[in-house]
Amino acid sequence: MKVVTTLLKEHPFFTGLADKDLAFLSGCTSNSHYKEGEYLARENTPANHFFLIRSGRVAVETFVPNYGPLCLMTLHGGDIFGWSWLYPPYLSAFDARALTSVRSLKLGGQCLRDKCEKEPRLGFELMKRFTKVATERLQAARIQLLDLYGPHPSQGIPRCDP
Amino acid sequence: MIPELWRVTHRREEFPGTITLSLTREAGGPSPIQPGQFNMLYAFGAGEAAISLSGSSASPAEPLTHTIKGQGLATQALCKLEVGTQLGIRGPFGQGWPTHLAANRPLVIIAGGLGLAPLRPLIYSFLKGHLPARRLQVFYGARRPEEMLYQPELGHWRSSFELVTSVDHASTDWNGHIGVITDPLRVTHLECNDALVFVCGPEIMMRFCIQVLLHKGVTESNIYLSMERNMKCAIGICGHCQWGPNFVCKDGPVFCYRDIRSWFQINSL
Repeated sequence: MKVVTTLLKEHPFFTGLADKDLAFLSGCTSNSHYKEGEYLARENTPANHFFLIRSGRVAVETFVPNYGPLCLMTLHGGDIFGWSWLYPPYLSAFDARALTSVRSLKLGGQCLRDKCEKEPRLGFELMKRFTKVATERLQAARIQLLDLYGPHPSQGIPRCDP
Repeated sequence: MIPELWRVTHRREEFPGTITLSLTREAGGPSPIQPGQFNMLYAFGAGEAAISLSGSSASPAEPLTHTIKGQGLATQALCKLEVGTQLGIRGPFGQGWPTHLAANRPLVIIAGGLGLAPLRPLIYSFLKGHLPARRLQVFYGARRPEEMLYQPELGHWRSSFELVTSVDHASTDWNGHIGVITDPLRVTHLECNDALVFVCGPEIMMRFCIQVLLHKGVTESNIYLSMERNMKCAIGICGHCQWGPNFVCKDGPVFCYRDIRSWFQINSL
């Protein structure tokens, strides 16, 4: 059975991170498994964890009244979920639901914050990695907003002209 | 060039507003056309539209296949054509995909929305063993699962080569990726040193895909795009589709990214 440090090292989010940092982080990490339909996180509940998805599919959803859950994106092996543990009020912004059996590594938010406070160099390294993922997701969300495959902009998408 | 008479022999609605027509020439005879080339389809009384080949090009004797999205007057009229009705066709025109470069190399196809249509002939060629690519990976992004082209074929394709699908919006019973096509493109292993990449879709989607491809190490000279502009004469005379020094109808629609990079990044062109 692989040790947690090895599993952390294998995940793309931690590619290139020094062994000593991985060992340091492994103290915050546990292996977790979710069956299809189980939630990794629920919207507006305490965001205590950060997930490295090893395999399976996860839907990032929000609940729309009179409609039901709306899937914003799907995550797969190699993706991460959750950075709400980084900032007050430490509440999850979305639901994360396993669409299939999901294997993940779960890192405790409080534990990570404490470690990053003690080791600012590692904290900055992690922050850069989170920022990169957040930027990619923001860019993806903006592209989705463009509705690229829908009607041509000349056919009625509002512009920002005054 | 005067349009020849053709007749609709088969019509399939891909999803509301988008149809695929099979066409045969009234006078008979072959109709050689290469993947990536287009014809000018003329709906009598409504006008002409440039439409890429979307079916097999293996034999000139096969019916011509075009997939059309009704957006303007001419394309909406073409979408309404029923089996048995006539239309006019001029063509083929333009430069197609440089399939000779695919010999013994990995081929990556990236399609967005209707952009899958001009790339489908390449998929057919690969499946029939006519395209000498060593490996095929196809990334296909669409708006919703029900707005994906060629749905009856996707399952077969998935079992024949690596097909990654992504939609912008879907319910969670959809089995593919939800999000933009650049996400799976970013995380999928490509043989970037050697891969030949053909891209067709909305221009902005192609721009974001190119960013990912270059970041992954694909060289500009290995990326080919099919561009879309308002084409009228189709022979490089009228100037409707002029794009920098190029006429998309004559010099394209398929261009090597290396050769058009400077025009690709000018907003008003």
